[in-house]
Amino acid sequence: MSAILSNKTVRIIPGFNLTLGFTLTYISIIVLIPLFCLFLYSTQLSLPGWIKLMSSKQFLIALSLSLTTSLASALLNSFIGLLFAWVLVRYRFCGRKLIDNCIDMPFALPTAVAGIALTAIYAKNGPIGQFFAFKIAYTPIGITLALLFVTLPFVVRTLQPVIADLPREQEEAASILGATPRQTFIYVILPAILPAWLTGFTLAFARGIGEYGSVVFIAGNIPYKTEILPLLIVTKLDQYAYEAASAIGICMLIMAFILLLIMNLIQRRLNRALTKVN
Amino acid sequence: MPRILIILSRILVILFTAVSNHNAWSVELLNVSYDPTRELYKAYNQAFIQHWQNETGEQLSINNAHGGSGKQARAVIDGLPADVVTLALAGDIDALNRYRPLIDKQWQTKRPNDSTPYTSTVVFLVRKGNPKHINDWDDLIKEGVEVITPNPKTSGGARWNFLAAWAYAKTQYGSDEQAQQFVSRLYQHAPILDTGSRSATISFVQRELGDVLIAWENEAYLALAEQGGEQLEIITPSISILAQPPVAVVDHVVDAKGTRKQAQAYLDYLYSDEAQHIIAKNYYRPINPTILSQYSIQFPPLKLVTIDEFFGGWQNVQKIYFDEGAIFDSIFEQINE
Repeated sequence: MSAILSNKTVRIIPGFNLTLGFTLTYISIIVLIPLFCLFLYSTQLSLPGWIKLMSSKQFLIALSLSLTTSLASALLNSFIGLLFAWVLVRYRFCGRKLIDNCIDMPFALPTAVAGIALTAIYAKNGPIGQFFAFKIAYTPIGITLALLFVTLPFVVRTLQPVIADLPREQEEAASILGATPRQTFIYVILPAILPAWLTGFTLAFARGIGEYGSVVFIAGNIPYKTEILPLLIVTKLDQYAYEAASAIGICMLIMAFILLLIMNLIQRRLNRALTKVN
Repeated sequence: MPRILIILSRILVILFTAVSNHNAWSVELLNVSYDPTRELYKAYNQAFIQHWQNETGEQLSINNAHGGSGKQARAVIDGLPADVVTLALAGDIDALNRYRPLIDKQWQTKRPNDSTPYTSTVVFLVRKGNPKHINDWDDLIKEGVEVITPNPKTSGGARWNFLAAWAYAKTQYGSDEQAQQFVSRLYQHAPILDTGSRSATISFVQRELGDVLIAWENEAYLALAEQGGEQLEIITPSISILAQPPVAVVDHVVDAKGTRKQAQAYLDYLYSDEAQHIIAKNYYRPINPTILSQYSIQFPPLKLVTIDEFFGGWQNVQKIYFDEGAIFDSIFEQINE
């Protein structure tokens, strides 16, 4: 690996300057300039305005609702996703390809359609909702459910290639040396898949915070109860309060950024620890 | 952000003009409207295209865009080249001048009846047989009644609902404090707040959520027409609000596109007898009294209060009831204390 990188004269794509220039222009137009404008725009809100917005009870409740439901769904999906990825990679069975393709469906389906479908199914008179004694739609449980649906592919798709790459020999060696299945999992498999697992978790978490379309139908949108953060942005926009809306958007961006940063740091630590062990 | 959007929108307008000049034989109009007027303008466009061809021999093509009233206004502010806007509230049309002069400040004086060719009101939709005996506003806050209404922060229609309830309570009980108490209790009976009128209707009709839907009269009739009247019925309360969805030409756009003549005629023709009949058939109340009386079975008389007389105009309403930290916000703060 390092031998190839150090050989500076050999490049797969010719014209480093050209490709870098293209990359920078593209990322500027598509990502950096819009985000920069968002930042610029939020500066129109005065400092007292920011403080008032950030300390308002409605914002704090929406924030904590968004955080807890995304965290719950990301945690749940980490385990369900691991299970899915494992089964899909390690076992051959009838319908495997079909299930594998279904995993990607939430990516393709417009989230609003998913939201309406979930609401219809889990409402009190819905085909599934009627079997439950407690309310699912229009509660935080419903929100978590919608997020579970939307974020499932993130975990499965990041874990699949890593599990496929796991060398079987290591597991066999472990069991020959007398390790129980649990020990094999904790000491051999888990360290190898942990970085990818964390990435999947983070992607799911970050996506959950920003998800709007699928949640807004099932949430019920009662202020101080089931109002998510993205809905708050939309209500601000509908009142022509562009500044406040962009300020909340900035908050969400910063949260996502910090989240990704922390995960990157953890991953780097992990990778260093793992290479040392090997 | 809006500055870039403004530049982009100018480019769009120029492109649009170039395209429409290119096809000189066919003039295109864009009518940006709100959600429940889909059916109305579909029928009206056909009639107007025919009328315009008879008058001038010019072939028109008219496009319609529908969505939440506030969202539609925002799209026009951000550069959607609408020749005419037919929105739910005067406040949304006033908002067009937020960043640059898009529309004459005196737009509401340009046409009869405050530029409102049709009106509507807020009524109740209940399940067939009216099992919870809902006949007037007071019945909505009885024990065990669930009320479906959208969120006034995201829905223009929901603001009419809110104000109708307020107007009832104030006339019935006298003071603003008691009106606020009443409205606050009303929202305690709301299990969910949908983002728009249509999604509230869906929650009530399809999800069978709640016992009563507070709805626009035309929306209620449409729901009834769709259900064949087998599961729902309409209850007209003793007092409601006169909803005046206004229409206006977007001066900035028609001047850039050269469509002022057609756009003005498009809105003026809404006041004609033919259009007033189309309006009535689509369950909006025509402003022509003779035509209105021909449809009196459909539109039972009730006491209607207006925004201008009762609440002192939309700008006042927005400030007092729906702005940040205004009455609607404080109601929910109170409920959740």
